[in-house]
Amino acid sequence: MLTAIFAIGLYLAVLVLVVGTAFRLVHYVRIPVPLVIPTTPAPITRTGVVARLFREVVFFESLFKGSKWTWLFGWIFHFAMLIALLEHLRYISEPVWWWIVAIQWIGLYAGIAMCLGLVGLAVRRIVVDRIRYISAPSDHLMLLLLLGIAASGVGMKVLWHTDIVALKAFVIGLIRFDWQPLPADPVLLIHLSLVIVLMLIFPFSKLLHAPGVFFSPTRNMVDTPRERRHVSGWGERTSRRKVMSQEPKSRG
Amino acid sequence: MVKQKFPVPVITEHLQVPRVQPDAMAETKPFVAKAEFQEALGFPGELVDNWQSVALDKMSELLGKYRALPVFLDACVKCGACTDKCHYYLGTGDPKNMPVARQDLMRNVYRRYFTFAGRYFPKLVGAQDLTESVLEDWYRYYHQCSECRRCSVYCPFGIDTAEITMAGREILASVGLGQKYANEIIGKVHKIGNNLGLPEPALADTLTGLEEEVEEDIGIQVRFPLDEAGADVLLVTPSADFFAEPHVDGLIGYAKVFHQAGIRWTLSSYASEAANFGIFIGNYDQMQKVAERIRQAALDLGVRRIVIGECGHAWRVAYSYWNTLIGPFDFLDTNYPAPQHVCELTYDLIQRGALTLDPSANDEKIVTFHDSCNVSRGSRMGSMPGGQFTLPREIIQSVCNQFVDMAPETTHEQTFCCGGGGGLLTDDLLELRVKGALPRVTALKQVVDNHGVTHMAAICAICKSQFSKVLPTYGFDMDMIVSVHQLVGDALVFNSAH
Repeated sequence: MLTAIFAIGLYLAVLVLVVGTAFRLVHYVRIPVPLVIPTTPAPITRTGVVARLFREVVFFESLFKGSKWTWLFGWIFHFAMLIALLEHLRYISEPVWWWIVAIQWIGLYAGIAMCLGLVGLAVRRIVVDRIRYISAPSDHLMLLLLLGIAASGVGMKVLWHTDIVALKAFVIGLIRFDWQPLPADPVLLIHLSLVIVLMLIFPFSKLLHAPGVFFSPTRNMVDTPRERRHVSGWGERTSRRKVMSQEPKSRG
Repeated sequence: MVKQKFPVPVITEHLQVPRVQPDAMAETKPFVAKAEFQEALGFPGELVDNWQSVALDKMSELLGKYRALPVFLDACVKCGACTDKCHYYLGTGDPKNMPVARQDLMRNVYRRYFTFAGRYFPKLVGAQDLTESVLEDWYRYYHQCSECRRCSVYCPFGIDTAEITMAGREILASVGLGQKYANEIIGKVHKIGNNLGLPEPALADTLTGLEEEVEEDIGIQVRFPLDEAGADVLLVTPSADFFAEPHVDGLIGYAKVFHQAGIRWTLSSYASEAANFGIFIGNYDQMQKVAERIRQAALDLGVRRIVIGECGHAWRVAYSYWNTLIGPFDFLDTNYPAPQHVCELTYDLIQRGALTLDPSANDEKIVTFHDSCNVSRGSRMGSMPGGQFTLPREIIQSVCNQFVDMAPETTHEQTFCCGGGGGLLTDDLLELRVKGALPRVTALKQVVDNHGVTHMAAICAICKSQFSKVLPTYGFDMDMIVSVHQLVGDALVFNSAH
C-alpha cells in the first residue's frame, strides 16, 4: 500500500514536472521578442551570449553585483543542491557510475551546506525589512520545503539511517515498472513526500526561475540591432509601409 | 536654496538605504491626460466603464506579444537584490518603489487571473484581484519609474522593470488613464514634428538667431541649415536643443563640429525631434509612428547619413529599435549604414585628427560625466560593448584637461537615473524628481568635495533639464550641468582661414 502510494506519487510528480515545465517553455518560445532589449553593455556575438548565460547560471554574476549576502547564501544553496542531486544518481544508476561513487563522500557536507544556505536566505527574508515586505507566504514556505528536504536528507545520513539497498531496489523498480517495497522509515517518507510536493509545484511557481533565466531577453540577446535587422513575429506584420501610407508627406 | 513644499532629502556622505516607509509617495501622481489627447492617440478619452475586463484583455494581449513579460512575471524569486537599487526607492523609502514591489503590482494580478496557483490559492502566493485601488496604485507607481533599467543589471534573471512599467502604462492608457505630459507631447510630434510644438517658421527663426549669436561670439559664420535637400547628414536632435539651457550650447557644439569637419548637414522641420515618447508609454505603434517621420525626412532630403543628437532614450530607440521599426536603412551611405550618435561622429573626427582642439579653453572647469540611463543600459556606441561609456569620456578628455569620474557604483551600467527620465519630466512630479535625484547628487557631491568638480556633462536632454531644475534644490548651481558638445564647441579652434 505504502509502496503503491509513493510509486504513483513519484510517477505523477515526475510527469507533472516534465510535462508542466515543457509546456511552459514551449509557451515562452512561441511568444515573439519584437524588440532588441539586452541590458547593455551586452555581448555582440552568440558566443559572447553563451558566455554571459554561463556566468549567470554558474556564478550568479548579476546577483553578485546586486547583493553579496544573498549571493553567498543563494550560491551555496544552489551548488550544494546540485552536488546532492548528483550524489542521488547512485539510486538510478546500476552499476553506479564511477564519478558518482567518487563524490559520495561530499554528499553529507552538501546537505549541510544546503541547510546553511537556506537558513541564511530565510533569516534574510525575515530580518531585512525590504525583503520581508516583498515576501508572500509561498516565499517563506518554499524555503521551509527545501529546508525540510535537505534536513531530512542529512538526518538520514547521520541519525535515522534507512535501508538504502532496499530504497535503491525501490527506485530501480520504479524505473523498470517492476515495483519493489519501499522501506517504511518515517524520515524517508517525509523526505520523499516533500520532494514530490516540490516537483509538483515546480511548473506553477517561481521555481520556473531555473529555466526562465535562459529565456530572459535582457540576458540572451545579442547586441547587434544596427548590424542585423531584428524582426520577430507580429513585429513583421505591423509593416512599416502601412504606417507610412497614413502619414502626411514631409515638406522637406 | 529654492523653497519646496516638501522636505528636500539631506545629502549624506555615503548613500543610505532608507527603511521601508509604506505609502510615503502614495499622494504623488501625474495629471491624467485629457480626452482630446487620449483620443488623438487612439485611446479612450476617459476611464471606460468596463475597465477591469478591458485591462485584463489588454494584459492578456501583451502577455502574448512580448516574451519578456511572462518570463519576467514568472521568474522572480523575490531575492531582494533589486530592492535597494532604484533611485526612487533610495530617495523616497516608499516600498512600492522597490523594483520587485513595482513589478508585484502587476505580478499579483497576473497570478490571480493567468496562473494556476493564483486562481486557486491567491492568498498563498499573494495574488490579487484587479480592484480600483490596485488600478490607482498602477497609475501612481508606474509613473514613479523612469524605465532606467538599473534594477535589471542586478537581477539574477535579468528582469527589467522598465518592461513591466511600459506594459502597465500601455494597459492604463488603454482603459483611459493616459498620462497628460507624455501623451500631449506625442500628439505634438504627430501634428507639428517635435515635442515642444515648435512650428517650422519659429524653428527657422531660432536657427538664424543662433547663426548670428555664434558669429558674434567667435567671428565665424557657422551655419544651422534647415531642410536643405542634398545634405550629407540629417541631424535629428531633441527639440530642447533648439532653445533650452544648457541644451542649446550642445547644438552650437554640433554645428561647430560639422563646420570644422566640412560636413554638409541639415536639420529637418518635419522630423525636428529625436525624442520618442512612444517608448515611455510602452506603445509600439506610437513609437513606430514617431520614428517613421525621421525615415521619411531622411528620404525626402536625400541624405546619406543620419546622426542623433544628445538624447538618452532617443538614442536607445534609434540604436536598438529603429532598424526593426523603420529599417532597413538601405538608402544610406554604405560606410554609415545605420544611424549614428553625434558622439560617434565627433569621436571619429577626433581620432582622425580632423578637429583642431584646445582643451585649455575649458581649463576653468573640472568636469565629471553623468552616464545617462538609456544610453548606458539600452544602447552602445562604437564597435565594442561599453563604447557608450568610453566614447563620451574620451571626447571630454580630448577637450578638457581636468576630468574626474564619480564613484564606480554610480557610473557606467550602474549609473543612476537623473530622476526625471521615462516621461516623468513634468512639474506635477517635482517632488518625485527631486527625491529621485538624491543618489546621483550624493555621488556628485563626493567629487565636488573631494576633487573640486565644477561641472557635470551629460548627453541627454532630459538629464540636462532635470538637473537644471533639481540641482538648485540641493544647493548646487544650476549651470553645473553642461552638454558634452558644449565642451567640444568651446575647445574647437577656428582660424579665420576656415
